[in-house]
Amino acid sequence: MYELNAIISIAYRDVLKFLRDRSRIVATFIFPFIFIGVLGGSLQSNLGGEVGFNFLTFMFTGVLAQTLFQSAAAGIISLIEDRENDFSQEMFVSPVSRYTIIIGKILGESVVAYLQAVGVVVFALLIGVPMVFSQLVWLIPIGIIICLFGGAFGVLVMSQLSSQRAANQIFPFLIFPQFFLAGVFTPMKHLPIYLFILSRISPMTYAVDLARGIYYLGKPEFNRLVIYNPVLDLIIITIFTILMITVGTFFFVRNERNR
Amino acid sequence: MINDVIVVNNLVKKYKKAKENAVDNVSFRVRKGEFFAFLGPNGAGKTTTISILTTILAKTSGEVKIAGYDIEKQQKEVRKNIGVIFQKPSLDENLTAEENIRLHAILYGLYPFAPTYSQMPATYKRKVAQLTELLDIGKEIFNPIKTYSGGMKRKLEIIRSLMHSPKVLFLDEPTSGLDPVSRKNLWEYLSGVRKSRKTTIFLTTHYLEEAEDADEVCIINHGKIVAIGAPGKIKNNGTRSLEEAYIKIIEEDVRA
Ligand SMILES: Nc1ncnc2c1ncn2[C@@H]1O[C@H](COP(=O)(O)OP(=O)(O)OP(=O)(O)O)[C@@H](O)[C@H]1O
Ligand SMILES: [Mg+2]
Repeated sequence: MYELNAIISIAYRDVLKFLRDRSRIVATFIFPFIFIGVLGGSLQSNLGGEVGFNFLTFMFTGVLAQTLFQSAAAGIISLIEDRENDFSQEMFVSPVSRYTIIIGKILGESVVAYLQAVGVVVFALLIGVPMVFSQLVWLIPIGIIICLFGGAFGVLVMSQLSSQRAANQIFPFLIFPQFFLAGVFTPMKHLPIYLFILSRISPMTYAVDLARGIYYLGKPEFNRLVIYNPVLDLIIITIFTILMITVGTFFFVRNERNR
Repeated sequence: MINDVIVVNNLVKKYKKAKENAVDNVSFRVRKGEFFAFLGPNGAGKTTTISILTTILAKTSGEVKIAGYDIEKQQKEVRKNIGVIFQKPSLDENLTAEENIRLHAILYGLYPFAPTYSQMPATYKRKVAQLTELLDIGKEIFNPIKTYSGGMKRKLEIIRSLMHSPKVLFLDEPTSGLDPVSRKNLWEYLSGVRKSRKTTIFLTTHYLEEAEDADEVCIINHGKIVAIGAPGKIKNNGTRSLEEAYIKIIEEDVRA
């Protein structure tokens, strides 16, 4: 009970901080705006007739998963910022378990990611992205899984980075290629072998594929746009989430005390 | 000894990338309720020692017990029994003072989580009210830390660290950067705490007059203890103030 209270209050702190940071709120909507509005819109208008599926909807589902995954991952990296502001000392000297701190952080950043995802949906509605609401509702529980997965990825990355500067320089390299490799913008079903390998080792691929697998379930486009059965995606995501959190927390705790 | 709240035996710390030991075979004891001043020049190893004693840094070798608990094997118990003021302030600047206090209280299991101040129990609110009185502020307690002065932040950190009634309070240069009046206020508050709660105080400072009242003074240089004893004993080398004695000891140590 005590650890649960601690988890919630650590998570709550992250949500409060997000809500108070106006520039961060604005920044989180810029990417979805460019991706869905500009990129998706232009592709749909120019090529949409020929591909046989709605590009806007396709990109929207991809961006939704990408936003949840990336936002949760990036949020976890802020633990490094805490370390530099010395606030982490206050958490680390308290009697809560280190796992509690990591889990609280993942939970908080998942809520933040969700708030951003709601923004993406509202924006998509405003510009008239065709979507089927009953399908979208399924993405609510699936989104939680994607957040946890992104958070776990963030924990692993963070455990290997020593400073905020390293994080600012390295994190984009780890996340931006995944936009393309995960097929946020383009179907990734048929690929040359080198791309196939890169795409399948990108964690984001399974997040995007799971979201699409659920959205397109039972629709004619399913076979063209979805790579794996959602159950398989789920299994892969679960295994990776557990592995990344365990390994990441282990290294994080070790590096934190062994200087 | 049952009365020793801090026991340090042959403590050694060698940082990963360092050639020399930052803390080099240090041993000392602090009795319950004692005011222990841990002094030494910049880079002597004071913060390193405090970090190990407060479980946030791994030691290289040696044995440390706080309130009877081993700092490696019983970390959680140690953490419950200590309060720490770090050399670098550790408040969350984006939260209000009250939110910082509330987070601390929940992390130490004093109250269950509540999202707002008004939903917290009455005992907590009373505590916050006392706190605002101590800080000599009113509604500012609901303002972000960003808007606080250095002295107020320090005082807030001290009050925060006392929320869970620790047996030992570690203070790493609590008054650095504070003006004389703020320093005086802070010390009045701390001596009050010491008297009323019998809290053991482990202090590092470069303002040596703050250590004149200490029960025990320990001076380290280059990670090694060069003098230990009551201030009277330390001053026994023909000096009048602790500062003079300290300077003499450090200078002799450099020549040796
Ligand atoms: N993370 C670290 N890695 C390597 N060496 C370190 C690290 N932190 C401190 N040191 C070194 O360890 C020694 C002791 O440092 P420490 O911070 O404990 O000194 P201090 O007595 O607290 O000094 P000050 O009065 O300036 O606060 C110094 O030589 C310092 O350079
Ligand atoms: Mg120091």
